[in-house]
Parts: sequence; C-alpha cells; structure tokens
Amino acid sequence: MADFNMLFAGFGGQGVLFAGKIVASAGLIEEKSVSWLPSYGPEMRGGTANCSVCVSDRPIGSPLVVTPNVFVPMNLPSFDKFINAVVPGGKVILDSTLVSSKVEREDVDAFYIPATKLAEEAGMKKLANVILVGKVFKETGFCSYEALEKALKKSVPASKAHLFDINRKAIEIGINFNS
Amino acid sequence: MGEKILMKGNEALAEAAILAGCRHFFGYPITPQTELAAYMAKRMPKLGGTFLQAESEVAAINMVLGAASAGVRTMTSSSSPGVSLKSEGVSYLAGSDLPCLIINVQRGGPGLGGIQPSQADYWQATKALGHGDFQIFVFAPSTVQEMVDLVNQAFDLADEYRMPAMILADGMLGQMMEPVEIPEVSELKLKDKPWATNGHKNSREHNIINSLYMQPEDLEQTIRDRFARYDDAKAKHQVFESYLTEDADIVVVAYGASSRISRSAVEQARELGIKAGLFRPITLWPFPNDELYKLAGSAKKFLAVEMSMGQMVDDVRLAVNGRKPVEFFGRTGGVIPTPAEVLEQIKKLAGGDR
Repeated sequence: MADFNMLFAGFGGQGVLFAGKIVASAGLIEEKSVSWLPSYGPEMRGGTANCSVCVSDRPIGSPLVVTPNVFVPMNLPSFDKFINAVVPGGKVILDSTLVSSKVEREDVDAFYIPATKLAEEAGMKKLANVILVGKVFKETGFCSYEALEKALKKSVPASKAHLFDINRKAIEIGINFNS
Repeated sequence: MGEKILMKGNEALAEAAILAGCRHFFGYPITPQTELAAYMAKRMPKLGGTFLQAESEVAAINMVLGAASAGVRTMTSSSSPGVSLKSEGVSYLAGSDLPCLIINVQRGGPGLGGIQPSQADYWQATKALGHGDFQIFVFAPSTVQEMVDLVNQAFDLADEYRMPAMILADGMLGQMMEPVEIPEVSELKLKDKPWATNGHKNSREHNIINSLYMQPEDLEQTIRDRFARYDDAKAKHQVFESYLTEDADIVVVAYGASSRISRSAVEQARELGIKAGLFRPITLWPFPNDELYKLAGSAKKFLAVEMSMGQMVDDVRLAVNGRKPVEFFGRTGGVIPTPAEVLEQIKKLAGGDR
C-alpha cells in the first residue's frame, strides 16, 4: 500500500483526533504527503467523532476519506456506520473491548485488539487510542518506528512532556499484542 | 525557510496574517472559522496587537474600516452567514478605497444553512459583496500552504490597489491539517499610505476618508477612477494553475476544495485513457478569463465542478464564450463530492465523443 487512507472513528473524548494526528505527523517526518481532517460539529459532543488521515507518496486530492483502506473503529456505532465503506483488501483494526461485533466481510483483513481493556490493565486508562496507533503501525507499516516515536514526541504538547513515556509504552503494547 | 509543520488551515491563515504585518483583528466567532479568531486571541496580545471580539459581525467590519482608515494592516474573518452581515461594511470600505483582508471560511447556506463545507458564496464574493458598483480581490487557496502564501499577496494587492481583498476558503480547508512551511520574514516593506487619516502633528493637510458624494457627476468620477484600477488589476493579476491541460479533451474547472477532488478524478480518468485536465482559478476576481479563453481553442469540453448549485460555471461560460460546451457538476448544502462522482461525469462527457 503506497497510499494510506485511514479513518479513525469513535466517541468524542476517546482521542480519535489525537490518534490521527500522530499518524499524520509520522508521515510528515518521512516527508510524505499527509492530510488530517476531523469531523466537526455537534456530533463531537457525545456522538460519534471521526477523522480522516491520508499518507501518500503523491499530493493528496480529497482529504475526506470516504472509502478507507485502514479503518479503526473505537465504538459500535462507528463500526456499523463505516464497515461497508472499507475498500476490498482493506484493514480493519478495532477496539474489541468496545466493538462487540465481528467483521463478517471476507474481503477485508480484521484485527481485534482489546485496546481499552489493555489500557486499563496497564494503568493508562485514556490511552486506548495510542495503543491502537501501535497496532495500526504493526499491521500496516505506514512509517518507520523512528518516525512514529518522533511523531509521538511532537504530538504530546510541551506542557504534558512528562506523558511521553507512558504514550510510548502504549504504542508498544499495541505493537506487541498478538491478535 | 523553516521546517514543515502540521497546521490547521484556520490557524495557518492567522499566522500568515501576523507574518504579513497585520496587528489589528476584529471578529466574531462562527463555525467553521473559529480557530482563526482563537489563534489571534492568543497571539495578538503578545505582539502588542489588537484582538477584539466585537458585539457582532457588523461592528467588527466597521472596526476594520476604522483601522484601515488609519493606514494599518487589518482584517476580519467569518463564515458565510457572518459574511452576509459584513456586506454593508465591505461596500463602505470599497467606496472609501480602503485596503483590508476579509476571510470567508464558507459553510452551507442560505440562511443559517449548515456548518459543513460549501462553495455557495462565489457569487456573493465575486459579484456583489454589498451594494453599488465595486469589486474586491478574491483568492481561492486549495491547500493549507497556499492559504499561507495567498494571505500575504492579498494584503499587498489590497494596499497597492486600495481595495478590500478576500480569501474565499471553506470548512474543509479551514479544519484540515496539512504540512506547511511558514516563510521567515526578515523585514516587511509595506506600501506608504499618504492618504491615511492618522496623526501627523499638523505636518500636512488633513485627509478625509469618505464614501458619500452628493453630486452624481462626482460619484460617477470616483467610480470610473476605481474601475480604471480594476481594469489594471484584471490585466495583471489573473492567477491560475493548469494541470495536464495541454493535450486535454475535457478540462475540469474547479477552485479550492473541489479542485482537490477534481484533481484526483482527472488522474483516475487519465489512467482510463481519457484525456482530462484541470484548470484551477486561484484568483476568482479577477477571474482568469484570458487563459481559459485560450484553452477553449484546444479543449473539446469543459466541466465546472463546485460545492454549490453552479455559480463559477457562469464565469467559465463567459470566458469560453460559446466556443465549446460547458457542463456543470456540483454537490451542495455541505456535501463534499467524491472523486468517483466527478470521474463519472468526466466519463459521461468522454463517452459522447466516441
């Protein structure tokens, strides 16, 4: 896959926008074309939030990902809404703690990771999103590990620099989990 | 040049304006533009500038009129319904020959409409952003980098021609993040404004900024003088990008967000063996008529793609002047067309030829 059209989707507050930002930053570090487009509006408060991230070797046309080849649902409504939009051959990487459904389509690759449960067990309650980024990295190889680490450093705000280590740990949990 | 960073379109517009020497921002919050004002609120006080959230859009644009009269670089930003409220002030700015920057991060209309991206304010921006005979510069960026680059040009041309300039963006460009390189500005060379109504300690005759003329002949003369400047701008500042148009049978014409989608569709059409190209106006006023007229010599058909019911397509037809058919495809109300939908239209047009 030279073009990654990713869709991160979940409830507002789960950090889907932040997860997407790490991915876009990593692509930028590797001098790829990248774009990040959030859903915006009332659906962000309590409803579903999602963000489109493109990482490509070519200039990016539409930044709105309508047919993702990497889909990362963090809740059931998002899973139901977008699962049929995934292109054949695409990858679905889902938080199996929150998405109870199984992927019934046979033309996509499904990866199940109980990210929310893993985060709770590791005492990093709000980092299920970053664990999923680790899993996305492992299953797609959209960038190098060095780029991912640098991107994480850039994405964690300066005022929260002390949280970098725990974020890196979350990434590693995602990478090391075997589904 | 610095390193590339990820920035939201709205924030990039604000940073670019600050780099261009703008220190006076007046606005009123509205989705999907609010990050721009928020950025200004954070930065302006540190730079000794003014960020003022006015009581309304009408107040904000009149504050811009005041600041512009005093000769400083000044701006306001809003989204569609808010821009409508500003229209009276924009007419006064134009009638007073005042430079300023207005940013419209468009959303669906009419009325309160919606908050999703739209390009339905093309007519408003290019034909009639207020009453009376006047034009403003209108720039249509299609990437976050271009947003940064065009802000400076817009300020410069506004100063040079003494007229308001607008960046016509949309919710997609405002909300998305892309890599940008923020240029390093060592020293700004701003045009002298001897007409400004600023303090001068009795060193000269006092200046007057005014848009009221009770004698029709006087008013007619000011308008004719202004239109002579418009003619000069039309001759010198038609900006566009051509992509794969040289041998194209079908030329898609699109600006801003819809040009990005059209570009993908054109590439896909080429893969199918259809000779498609993209003509992207960067200035919407002055509209790049001359180049489009030339293209009408080589292309067989034109397809205007917009996030509206078809507004720019009028200008495409005027430029093409009946020499070739001009078709239209659009989605509106906040719906973003997909490359697949545009490709479908290109295929339809190509099919007719075979």
